[in-house]
Amino acid sequence: MGFALALEEAGIPTIPVSTHAFARLAKATARTGGMPTLRNCYVPQPVVGRTASELRDYIEGMDPIEKRPFMQGVIEGLTQPLNDEDLKGATFERERPRFLEPDTEENLHQLFLENHWTDKLPIYLPTEQRVEAMLKGTSQAPDKMVGQMRPTAFREAWAFDVEKVAVNAVMAGARPEYLPVILALAASGVSARSSSTTSWAALSIVNGPIRDEIGMNSGIGAMGPYNHANATIGRAYCLTSQNVQGGSVPGDTYMGSVGSIWNYTACFAENEEASPWAPFHVDNGFKPTDSTVSVFFGGWYTQSGFGPRESWKEKFIRCLTATDHYSPPLIVMDPIVARAFNDMGFSKQSLIEWCAENARMPARLYWDDQWVTTLLKPKAVAGIEPFASRWKAAPDEMISMFAPADINIVVMGGETQGAFKMISGRFRGLGVGTMTKGKEPIVSVDDWR
Amino acid sequence: MEMADKIRVLDPRGFPPKVVGKRLANRPMSLDGKVVYLIDALFDNADVFMEELRKWFADNMPSVETRIIKPRESWQDDPEMRARVVADGDAAIMGVGL
Repeated sequence: MGFALALEEAGIPTIPVSTHAFARLAKATARTGGMPTLRNCYVPQPVVGRTASELRDYIEGMDPIEKRPFMQGVIEGLTQPLNDEDLKGATFERERPRFLEPDTEENLHQLFLENHWTDKLPIYLPTEQRVEAMLKGTSQAPDKMVGQMRPTAFREAWAFDVEKVAVNAVMAGARPEYLPVILALAASGVSARSSSTTSWAALSIVNGPIRDEIGMNSGIGAMGPYNHANATIGRAYCLTSQNVQGGSVPGDTYMGSVGSIWNYTACFAENEEASPWAPFHVDNGFKPTDSTVSVFFGGWYTQSGFGPRESWKEKFIRCLTATDHYSPPLIVMDPIVARAFNDMGFSKQSLIEWCAENARMPARLYWDDQWVTTLLKPKAVAGIEPFASRWKAAPDEMISMFAPADINIVVMGGETQGAFKMISGRFRGLGVGTMTKGKEPIVSVDDWR
Repeated sequence: MEMADKIRVLDPRGFPPKVVGKRLANRPMSLDGKVVYLIDALFDNADVFMEELRKWFADNMPSVETRIIKPRESWQDDPEMRARVVADGDAAIMGVGL
């Protein structure tokens, strides 16, 4: 859509074609691009998986949104003279008074629910008193700008300050002492409410002394609903994301087809004390005494297992090759598993390298994936490695799915079982719908105390 | 309703940018003899759709010259590609996903 707006602005009549499921999104994007009369045309959903003949039928058929022949809309859109609205576009500002209109508690709860400002679970209303109390959790000024966020790469970015994060932290039921962690998560620039059709979520890991200071759980049930800090920090990050970016409304600012349970809350603490290896933030250049958050964009799949048992190599290979390989794995290990690998002579890095070396599949399977085709194939065709070599491989040639830098390991759990999980979670590089292109989304909590 | 029953709460939403209106490009009277770029947005199967669109023009409006073009990457701006469309084209159709 950004292309179409830019081309129109440069004097080239342009028709953006979308499938009908994206009509509201396309119209909203044109409106916030200042060009509400952009002449969009629509074909039925889906395009993926349809044959050439079926797509020709789309072209010769009806536009399901505009209720006219598709090609009539295209030709008329490119040739019909402009009217006054086409010539002036739409200039507007959206006022955001600090306070909403006063109302009863019951009515305000209904307002928040109907405006999609919640996750549909009960919230605390962000009264001035509660927000002031929350702001005592940081020394930062309430009007200090934290950053910008947007639901996906082509949508407009909205800005937000410390107070906006505090408002959402109140709604989530967080305590003031959690606020620096929530601010750091928001400052990552990664939205925990991506609008992608792939139902992404943002999983975050907390490292350093802040974990104990605010009583986070990294032991038994570390990824479950058993700790107030874990639960409400993750929820606050999610609510902050959806509200400061301008919404997460199905069909408009959220297009995830099946949705994700990780979108409720997904903030965890590494069990640094029980790990045989350096904590995640230390691997990434921080001191053990620093407190950080690290955001992983994913949540698309989870593979699980026990071990390492005698057949651990086969099990790991099955798990790695069962991942949806556009989104590399964040491997979460109970300390029992980590120590066992350590006793076998693996460092964290050497185990990561083993995984990268052994996660291989035939090239024809690697490329037969919607996101790999959409996002990695253009890089391959452009000659960018390692994708170019994977693209050149014969169909049945075994190729690597991941580079070592794609894979990460974090230790957590309560040692009641030698369990591991491989969870979809991209840490480095471009994550669809984020603003973290080329930037590692690891943020100092100490900067937000 | 008594004012005392009402409470005041803060707005949880962020600060949207100002939207500046932009005009559409002038339209030609017809596409006869014009160059129309068909921009493959690189979504899965968009190449097949654009090829069918090219064939439709060849069959139904042969006086229109169509050229299929692709940006370097999905979801990324490609200023060079845009410059080529602006320099050599009279109109564009782009899509399509998903």
